[in-house]
Amino acid sequence: MAIAASHAPAELAPPEPPRPRWSASEEASGLALISPTLLYAISLLALPILIVFAYSFWSQDYLTIDRALTLQNYRTALFEPMYQDLLGRSLVISLVVSIVTVVISYPIACFISFHGGRHKNLWLFLITVPCWTSYLLRVMSWKVILGYQGVLNTGLMSAGVTDQPIASLLYNSNAVVITLVHSWAAFAILPIFVSLEKIDRSLIEAAHDLGDTKLMSFLRVVLPLSLPGVISALLIVMIPTVGDYVTPKLVGGKDGVMIATAIQAQFGKGANWPLGAALSVTTMVVVSTMAGLTVLALKLVVRRIR
Amino acid sequence: MPETPMIAPMIAIDRVNKFYGIYKALSDVSLDIVAGEFFSLLGPSGCGKTTLLRSIAGFDSPSSGDIRIDGQSAIGVPPNLRPTNMVFQSYAIFPHLNVEENVAYGLKRLKLGADEERRRVGAALDQVRLGHLGKRRGHELSGGQRQRVALARALVLRPKVLLLDEPLSALDKKLREEMQVELRSLQKAVGITFVLVTHDQYEALALSDRIAVMFGGRIAQVATPKEIYQRPRTKLVADFLGGMNFLSGRTIGQTGAGLTVETEKFGTLTLAMPEERIEVGARATLGIRPERLRLLWDDERAPHELTGKVVDRAYFGETTHLSVGVEGLEKPLSMIETNTYGADDLPVGADIRLAYDPDAFVLLADDPPVERVQ
Amino acid sequence: MTSGNLRKSRLLPGYVGLYFLFLYLPILLLPVFSFNNAATTTFPLAGFTTRWYVSLWANREMLTAAVNSLVVGLCVSVLSTLLGICAARAITRYRFRGRRAANGLIMAPLFLPEIIVAVSLLMVVLAAGMELSLATVILGQTVFCLPYCMSVLTAGFEGFDRSLEEASLDLGETAFGTFRRVTLPVVAPAILSSLLVAFTISLDEFILAFFLSGTEPTLPVYIWGQLRFAAKLPGVLALGTIMLVLSILLLTIAETVRRRAERRYATRGHAHA
Repeated sequence: MAIAASHAPAELAPPEPPRPRWSASEEASGLALISPTLLYAISLLALPILIVFAYSFWSQDYLTIDRALTLQNYRTALFEPMYQDLLGRSLVISLVVSIVTVVISYPIACFISFHGGRHKNLWLFLITVPCWTSYLLRVMSWKVILGYQGVLNTGLMSAGVTDQPIASLLYNSNAVVITLVHSWAAFAILPIFVSLEKIDRSLIEAAHDLGDTKLMSFLRVVLPLSLPGVISALLIVMIPTVGDYVTPKLVGGKDGVMIATAIQAQFGKGANWPLGAALSVTTMVVVSTMAGLTVLALKLVVRRIR
Repeated sequence: MPETPMIAPMIAIDRVNKFYGIYKALSDVSLDIVAGEFFSLLGPSGCGKTTLLRSIAGFDSPSSGDIRIDGQSAIGVPPNLRPTNMVFQSYAIFPHLNVEENVAYGLKRLKLGADEERRRVGAALDQVRLGHLGKRRGHELSGGQRQRVALARALVLRPKVLLLDEPLSALDKKLREEMQVELRSLQKAVGITFVLVTHDQYEALALSDRIAVMFGGRIAQVATPKEIYQRPRTKLVADFLGGMNFLSGRTIGQTGAGLTVETEKFGTLTLAMPEERIEVGARATLGIRPERLRLLWDDERAPHELTGKVVDRAYFGETTHLSVGVEGLEKPLSMIETNTYGADDLPVGADIRLAYDPDAFVLLADDPPVERVQ
Repeated sequence: MTSGNLRKSRLLPGYVGLYFLFLYLPILLLPVFSFNNAATTTFPLAGFTTRWYVSLWANREMLTAAVNSLVVGLCVSVLSTLLGICAARAITRYRFRGRRAANGLIMAPLFLPEIIVAVSLLMVVLAAGMELSLATVILGQTVFCLPYCMSVLTAGFEGFDRSLEEASLDLGETAFGTFRRVTLPVVAPAILSSLLVAFTISLDEFILAFFLSGTEPTLPVYIWGQLRFAAKLPGVLALGTIMLVLSILLLTIAETVRRRAERRYATRGHAHA
């Protein structure tokens, strides 16, 4: 969907005149107007997250919550091998998925931005439409494709390419990665596209004029200038992916379990909300750190290319 | 200072100041605009002319001072209750309504009845010659057509004052000149007060009954176009409208006829007495327009002459602009000559003689220092 | 228009084609097997049939879930669009302290794992003593849809000339009258778009519904429940195909409306001196 609104009237003269002041002060009106939404977001987003944070320091005994502050949940979350394993695998999967997604989507964004012509928005729409359909259904279709008796295997066998079904396609981390990349592929295009659109084309022409080949001008001008979009895309994919529930459950089998399963378990039969809260907080903190490091690494690499 | 007309002015602006935070957009602005006149606010970007216009319209309110429209103070009165209407720089044509609906927009509240409304809309559109485009929408019209819709929409409400915010700046040169003529005749036909904001000096000169030139949030001079052009009050005003040759001189005395100033190459000149007191012996800045210096050909002689050498020239089709170096003068003089007599053939380096009229000089005051930040 | 990057001239279109294939093929499988006359999803295909679709009509459980989804979808789209209009208008037209922070908070769900949003809401709801029901699902999904609605609405509010409202005031209209006669009509396409987008997202959304619904499932939750029964798979595929077609239809309408409005109403840059 076109979140790409690239128009910007340039204000050349000294300060832009503020809005009319004869009614109540502008600040009061603005705050009043945004208050319902803000209150909603605070009470149903910010507050709950704070509560999760609080819960992570408490403990639960069957149905009663003990509010004495404790770090036991974090100790479990961080040091118990099972959770370490889950968290580690989730981080790796989310890192791989986000990098792969961005890498395969970047050329598409380039194509649409530089060669899309008048139909840019149409291209964008066609590419993002699959994304807006039910996530559940899309994961299901991959299960159908990758299964032992699934489309890929039976297709290959009936075409005579293989005579044994390949067992290793489904119910492991690879299946999870493929499915997730497919889900996020089109989402990643949007921020990259917006970034590329903002690049003044005459900058590229100037680079050519000053002696760069097409490849060099791409690496030295387009890539650095599109970095904000790439970073956005990485974040949009990396952080939600780490907490994905549906994909590992449907196609992950035993090998592809991710941390979300463990979190969900604490709220179902496991009934250990504080632990679930601690796992959630830990996951968020760790993935944010990883995201930050990835972005840093990316910036360093791009700076080297100059 | 503003002239004091016999009848009460249509718009009276009294010592208006406008601050945006610490930035001073308008500084002690006082101005009277007479009913029925075509008045222009002229100045470079950032001089405050648009802020002043918007204050009259009601979109900005002054930090101090008064604005009276047709005798009533407009301070605190919102734009929809003022007897003014505005043509916006972007025209602001409502995109979801067609031309007729746009023009009828302000009439809806008056509840005139469908027939009367249609009649008035038709008359307004005919006046701007858009009668045949009534059903079109904004994006189907050219820039000039949209501007005329904006005019019709404002005029159909019969305001006492029409405010125009750089209405022609988005049009190309040829169209702009055509629209200037149309605006002038429209104003004469309708007979109401027009206040135009522009940075185009020629536009202001061509259209206005009177012009207020503004710099740095202040009014530098208010006068008729001819007077502003021929007798600019300050250096900035002189330089902003047309070209100007600046000379320095020294005041040596005053007589009944005026102020006597001694100059380097132009002898002793007598100039009209200025409003400010000038000390004898003080330095004075004088100006003379390039077109008031005349080339002398062959044996022609004139009572006041100078010799010089062509330093540079630029050909402009009808005219040639010459830069003439005169010994003893720091900067070369600018001259404009029509090419009828061969000015375009003068090579760089040619020796020429020029004539000047001692009455064509003006005394130019210094401009007040510009302090924009309080 | 095109400059510079022509080195990819022949490789790139080929790659784009592959990409499209990769994106669309899995989804196209759903309709293919929903008409397949077999209970398993294997090749080769076993003949055409519509019996899976027919069987859906008799499925009382599914129909209830479908109705639930519709109700939830309508409520979510209206609620998030209304909240979105307030916020988008405030952010684009007014300057006030904390504007950026407010915007950041509202857009935050885009950058959070859904499960954390779901879990936190679950805790709050249960701790407040509320029962899980469709109402809690509506509340939760609205939080999630808000960022998407905000994007669409902010773009709509930013995209139109400010002097339109000033012109209306200048011509005698009151502030409320201006909102009714000028702002609303011009922003209407963005509002419609926002409604459709929110509805579609709500229809397809699983995690929040899974965590926050009580005894009444929405369609995705119902589908999830059916997935463990291999025999039910073709029926699920048929249902999925219908949902897929519906989503794509709604989104296409939303996009067409948005584009038509943009063509008519978008202001090209003006020179302000």
